[in-house]
Amino acid sequence: MKQELTQSIHKALKNQNLAGILDRWNYPATRAKAYEGIDFEELRSKIAEIKGGASEHLEELAAQFAKAAEARGAKVFRANSPEAVKDYITNLCKERGVKKIVKSKSMATEEIHLNKHLAKHGIQADETDLGEWIIQLAHQTPSHMVMPALHLTKEEVSDLFTKETGTRQSTDIQALVKVARRELREKYFAADMGISGANIAVAETGTLVICTNEGNARLVTTFPKIHVAVVGLEKLVPRYADIEPIITALPKSATSQIITSYVSMITGAAQNIDGSRKELHIVLMNNKRTDMAADPKFRQALQCIRCASCLNVCPVYRLVGGHVFGDIYTGGIGTILTAWFNEMKKSEEIQSLCIGCGKCKEVCPARIDIPELVFEIRRRMASKEGLPFIQKTALALINNRKVFHQMLRAASIAQKPFVKEGFIRHMPMFLSGLSEYRSLPPIAPEPFRDVFKKIKQPKSTTKAAFFSGCAIEFVFPRIGAAVVRVLNKAGIEVVFPEDQSCCGIPHWGSGAFDMAALAAAHNVKPLLAQDVQYVIVACASCATALKKEWPHLLKEAKMDDLVPLAEKIAAKTVMFSELVNKLIEEKKLTPKDGLKLRTFTYHDSCHAKRHCGISQQPREALQSAGYELKEMFECDTCCGMGGSYTVKRPEISMLMLKRKLKNIEDTGAEFVSAECPGCLIQIGGGLDKSGSKIKAKHIAELLEENLK
Amino acid sequence: MFETFKTKAEAAGNTTVQKVATKDEAITFIVDYLKQQEIKDTAGSWAVWAESPMLAGVDTKALEEKVPGLKIGVTPELAKGAKIGITQMDYGIAKTGTIAQDSTKADQRMASTLPWIHIAILATNRIVADLSAFMDRMHPSQSNYIALITGPSKTADIERVLAIGVHGPEHLVIVCVDELGGAN
Repeated sequence: MKQELTQSIHKALKNQNLAGILDRWNYPATRAKAYEGIDFEELRSKIAEIKGGASEHLEELAAQFAKAAEARGAKVFRANSPEAVKDYITNLCKERGVKKIVKSKSMATEEIHLNKHLAKHGIQADETDLGEWIIQLAHQTPSHMVMPALHLTKEEVSDLFTKETGTRQSTDIQALVKVARRELREKYFAADMGISGANIAVAETGTLVICTNEGNARLVTTFPKIHVAVVGLEKLVPRYADIEPIITALPKSATSQIITSYVSMITGAAQNIDGSRKELHIVLMNNKRTDMAADPKFRQALQCIRCASCLNVCPVYRLVGGHVFGDIYTGGIGTILTAWFNEMKKSEEIQSLCIGCGKCKEVCPARIDIPELVFEIRRRMASKEGLPFIQKTALALINNRKVFHQMLRAASIAQKPFVKEGFIRHMPMFLSGLSEYRSLPPIAPEPFRDVFKKIKQPKSTTKAAFFSGCAIEFVFPRIGAAVVRVLNKAGIEVVFPEDQSCCGIPHWGSGAFDMAALAAAHNVKPLLAQDVQYVIVACASCATALKKEWPHLLKEAKMDDLVPLAEKIAAKTVMFSELVNKLIEEKKLTPKDGLKLRTFTYHDSCHAKRHCGISQQPREALQSAGYELKEMFECDTCCGMGGSYTVKRPEISMLMLKRKLKNIEDTGAEFVSAECPGCLIQIGGGLDKSGSKIKAKHIAELLEENLK
Repeated sequence: MFETFKTKAEAAGNTTVQKVATKDEAITFIVDYLKQQEIKDTAGSWAVWAESPMLAGVDTKALEEKVPGLKIGVTPELAKGAKIGITQMDYGIAKTGTIAQDSTKADQRMASTLPWIHIAILATNRIVADLSAFMDRMHPSQSNYIALITGPSKTADIERVLAIGVHGPEHLVIVCVDELGGAN
């Protein structure tokens, strides 16, 4: 299976139609415009509260909804399994002699492959949403939750329409849309049944809310005499007023629109076109949703309003699309929903595509921590099946400080034949994929702990413990030295606890939370051995571990006695730029005289910006130190390093890097800076390989040059 | 409020908002518009006018005679062959430029969905500030089918290129009438 995934990645990477379309759209900018004048944080808190609350009371809400809808003339059927939904609809079709069905967009029916089932019983169900109709004609699944046919070109659509109509169709999009109008119009009149989904189901009134832009749901719910709505339990909200925040956010997040062209609120049986009353059936579908609600971690995924903004911002989705990154439901949230609604097995493969950059979490209008849930799938997989042997061995080795350190020292000698100007440009053949687009830095001949001993420390009442992390210790000791010297300039005495070792982020990222906890446990005591005001970190990934992850990792691993120590460290931990910016503001650090103004662009590492919330401080510090900022496009989009991601998914990682490099080059800056050695390995190596003049430098290196 | 409504409604694309003082002026405007759109008594060129409170007291026979092809009252066949559909809306929502209606009766939905052009009549004093204000005034307990419409029917399902008029109207013409009556 793994081989198949890799093959489908390669295939997707060759077809960059979808990536091009998403790029031209420039979703982040159009989305921001749609949200102008709206407090997004407040809005999404409201939605999270409504839907989070609802997920705790699905049973009660379903019962209340059924009662209210039936009082208005609907029939409500509670279906526990996909089979129950399919049987109910098939039986209804048989009883009423239904042969033809028109459908408006419904992910719930995609989820259970309803059309295929109906076809087996000789019932023709035609999709009417343009995108859904296109993929139905192409016999494909949606590649995007909101725009299902986004991966297809107008030429491909033209061919599909030509085949369907028997007449050669043009490739003009406007003309193609009119073909769909003509072809589908007749189907509404001929259909015996309309099937729809719903965006919201209101328990107190029994109301279904359906949003569309095309108007097809209005036709589907108006023309056929029977209307069946298939609604997942997670669509339930308690009150009529709860509609407002959801339909305020949904179109803005989904398509950067203020509101969809049509919003229909259907309560019970409305009038048919012949004056009779509609036969309305509402199928409330469970399919593991109540199991999900009972899971304390995954319950929040039921808050999803299916806007697909997590796909639009995902750097991996943008490269490989929904047929690789997803099943029926696509992207980050799709991985999670697939695990519950469809099959865990499928999701286990897909989850490996998430690089954990956290972009999706930032934009989610339902405040779902998508990366956390993907990592939770990873964790459950790792604890159930265990990690692959090589990976497990490697991670265990990292946790054994002495062996790991000796091995790296040995490697620094063994690599010598490959090193040129501080980079490994070519790797031995079997590893060549790793240096195809990016040179790799060699292991430094002298680790930071040895370098540190040579920097004489001032005696001071302000003391800081430096947690270097593996990358600074073994690859970039010069960055560590710069960090120490800058702090010394401000009169701070730096100590380097010798017993420190890996922070555990690589283990955490692989789902081995227990091994990550061991890494944390190894570090807490050494870091607190001396009385220091600060714990300084110059690596955003380590900062994430120290500031955020250690306390709860230790707690989950039942090492409760260490939790208070980890909390103490979290409170003392500052990122280098965070502290330096403060020191500059306090005039404890000032720029040297007679500096020539030089230019930089800044890359926000995922861990710095989205896990630690640090993005303004490094910019301000560098600007105060005499550097001019030239912002790059998508400055906070992942560079593709993602720890071991670059080794596991090198093809995706390298394409992410290529985009990053282009955005950096476009600024024309002299330096690109970041506060993450991982990003600097990736970006610096990429710039070297492409022969760029731009140099990748850690913020500490740039500040050391300019501050006195 | 009207100005905001007009700006937001027209921002949705292919939408014009017209304001007139009286019911008579509204009818004159609509008749002129139908003539200008070459409404005639052949399938494909009809205009259908769904049951509307503003037609109370209006000599609808005379109106139909004035514009051959204008049909007061909707059937599925007429709606299918109509170029223009006319309905009277219950509310306007300024913040989003939305028009809203209790569409429990199918003729309202047919007239506002099937034709190429939808003419929506709205009492100017029925424009409310935002969605919440609208929801305070119209509740599902009064209506089986509440319809909100903003701009024309549209799609971006092929290569994310905007196309207007996929299943519903290509154009939306909103006629706001100051003295239409009806309490807000």
